[in-house]
Amino acid sequence: MAALVLNEEQQMLKDAAKGFLSESAPISQLRQLRDNRDEAGFSRELWQSMVEMGFVGTLMLEEFGGSAFGNVGMGQVFEQAGRNLSVAPLLSTAVIGVCALQLAGSTEQKQALLPAIAEGKLLTALAVDETPRHNPARVTTTAAPQGAGFVLNGHKSFVIDGHVADKLIVSARTAGDKNDRAGISLFLVDRQAAGVSVERTFMVDSRNAAIVRFDNVQVDASALLGEQGQGFEVLDKVLDVANAQLAAELLGIASQAFEVTVKYLQERKQFGVVLGSFQGLQHRCAHLFSELELVKSVVLKALAALDEGAEEASQLVSLAKAKSSEVAELATNEAVQMHGGMGMTDEFDVGLFMKRARAAQLLFGDYRYHADRFASLRGY
Amino acid sequence: MTDLHAFREETRAWLEENCPQSMRTPFTAEDEQCWGGRNFKFKSDDQRLWLERMAEKGWTAPDWPQEYGGGGLSNAECKVLREELARIKARPALSSFGVWMIGPAILKFGSEELKRQHLPPIVRGEIRWCQGYSEPGAGSDLAGLQTKAVDEGDHFIVNGQKIWTSYADKADWMFCLVRTNPEAKKQLGITLVLFDMATPGVSTRPIKLISGNSPFCESFLDNVRVEKNQVVGEINAGWTIAKYLLTHEREMIGGMGKTAAGQKTLPQVAVDAIGLDNGKLADGYLRSEVTRWELDARAFELTSERVLDEAKAGQGVGAASAMLKYYGTEVNKRRQELLVALRGSDALVWEGEAWKEGALPRTWLRSKGNSIEGGTSEIQLNVIARNILGLQ
Repeated sequence: MAALVLNEEQQMLKDAAKGFLSESAPISQLRQLRDNRDEAGFSRELWQSMVEMGFVGTLMLEEFGGSAFGNVGMGQVFEQAGRNLSVAPLLSTAVIGVCALQLAGSTEQKQALLPAIAEGKLLTALAVDETPRHNPARVTTTAAPQGAGFVLNGHKSFVIDGHVADKLIVSARTAGDKNDRAGISLFLVDRQAAGVSVERTFMVDSRNAAIVRFDNVQVDASALLGEQGQGFEVLDKVLDVANAQLAAELLGIASQAFEVTVKYLQERKQFGVVLGSFQGLQHRCAHLFSELELVKSVVLKALAALDEGAEEASQLVSLAKAKSSEVAELATNEAVQMHGGMGMTDEFDVGLFMKRARAAQLLFGDYRYHADRFASLRGY
Repeated sequence: MTDLHAFREETRAWLEENCPQSMRTPFTAEDEQCWGGRNFKFKSDDQRLWLERMAEKGWTAPDWPQEYGGGGLSNAECKVLREELARIKARPALSSFGVWMIGPAILKFGSEELKRQHLPPIVRGEIRWCQGYSEPGAGSDLAGLQTKAVDEGDHFIVNGQKIWTSYADKADWMFCLVRTNPEAKKQLGITLVLFDMATPGVSTRPIKLISGNSPFCESFLDNVRVEKNQVVGEINAGWTIAKYLLTHEREMIGGMGKTAAGQKTLPQVAVDAIGLDNGKLADGYLRSEVTRWELDARAFELTSERVLDEAKAGQGVGAASAMLKYYGTEVNKRRQELLVALRGSDALVWEGEAWKEGALPRTWLRSKGNSIEGGTSEIQLNVIARNILGLQ
């Protein structure tokens, strides 16, 4: 196992992401997108810049136009995106789309789609959940064989970037019962195919998610991503990568909310002294600092384990997502409380960190989901 | 890299040959640790053999220079050794405040004469050390210590009382903080001295704890003669060394949050105690609590690993030891509380057959001291808030 420190290349990527995102995708941009009810929900111009910066190809093999820099590298981008509340389809496309295609795609699928992603011309979205709480094995959407292809019926919710994606990656049941892992298949479905209806929703974090309905959607056999009935194994791996990156984002959110709060406590005066001189607040901050140190370790470890293909990678990802969710919740709650009345205002940013933290926590499983998964993987 | 690979192969082969089988089993009680010293009674021939063989290679202090009896290993080689020891679940050959605390301080601050006198016996486990820091009136406010050392030319005459000296009744030597300049500002007049516990005027009395055991003592120093060549570092400049030592102590105590080699993991204890139901612990509420603990414990272990890796990479981590001490002790205390909950009334048996199951109530009660000794949790939080976060 590599040491738990960044190597030179990863550190450079982190510095680049830090400079670029604070300049090109700061919190003010999120406010602008929100206030204008922007049609895409993100800046297409920013996306092209991210392509040029190499962020979009970070996980992609070189033969398709990427840099294969790995999860630790991508994690640095996500941590900085968390600090700036930057909005872009990085997760849905550069992480999930790329991973799913590289893991399960046929040669034709990879050659057709990956270079397009690398150039910023194609967006993907993962349509997996059907219930408000994450449960990837609970699939009632059906894909019935018809001729040489399949017919899809059902619905999906919390589909991030679903309304702008060119290709939807959809889990559907080709066999088995409601909660079986076996019998789930993955399909690549055009968002604009006949029978697909996409309802955009604005979430509490001012980002978009979609409810997608499939009404007798006909797809060719070539739409199948990976082996028929074996989709869950692919999904499990893709979700591990997505959750590790979300954990990195949550680390960025929690760290930034914490640092802003400590700074506020150093400046804001009450009773004639700075708030930071009160031991009751000092101890809560010191505890939170300790928790954040733990999150840094587990996030880095999970990212590195994915890159190394470590046997316990799934365990470490669930550890990272659980711990980062727990601490991001604490950090953003404390941030609002310690800012007092100011923390309740829209003008102060801390509320925005709280809102994004909750969405990132719940997406693909929160503390409770991943604690349970961790325990099961540990055999108890 | 290939050198490291070769080192791993050699180490593995050597351990296979030299670590007795009985030293590859978990401790069943705290008193099975090997502390060494003049009066140590070995529990078995294997325990003695294991210490002798490891000491011979200098691997009881693997990163110390070979000229002082250490192993002379690089950081990377030390890590390999730790991994290989963990792989065979080897018990520590030696538990030693000499290796963990005073040895590193002598290496860093001591004269050449002190190094040659004290380090090799520490490596070989011949001399057992205790720490004379706290006093009845100077606990968390350690710099307020009053034990007086009067300068008599080539030696000091020391008078005072020390408290919470772990295993002072079993120790051979004490490293002790004394006040050499009562006029100076309180941190400035302190000196770190070393003396043999057999010196006339030194007496020690155990303090019985709520656990029923007495790892701690109070020591009385009555006109104790300490030679000046037993001063570590400069006279009146002992506070810096004291803080350096405290850092090691915090890391050591914080390290208790980690599951020791060969120790049963908490989930294993839980499964043994209450069983599985469809692959999950039969008690859903306890399952959640065990999981919450394990997530924190594993995250804490990884954080200790990261802090170590960062230190090796030359990245300063500030007052990381305060954070490790604070969190590690809290994790350990929570573990002990959960063990009591999981084992139910069996955990409360003070004497009798069930007592043999790891002397649980005593370990549980002892753990309460973890967040008091070496600076309370509240002191650690103060250190983090003030020194790292700049809140004051």
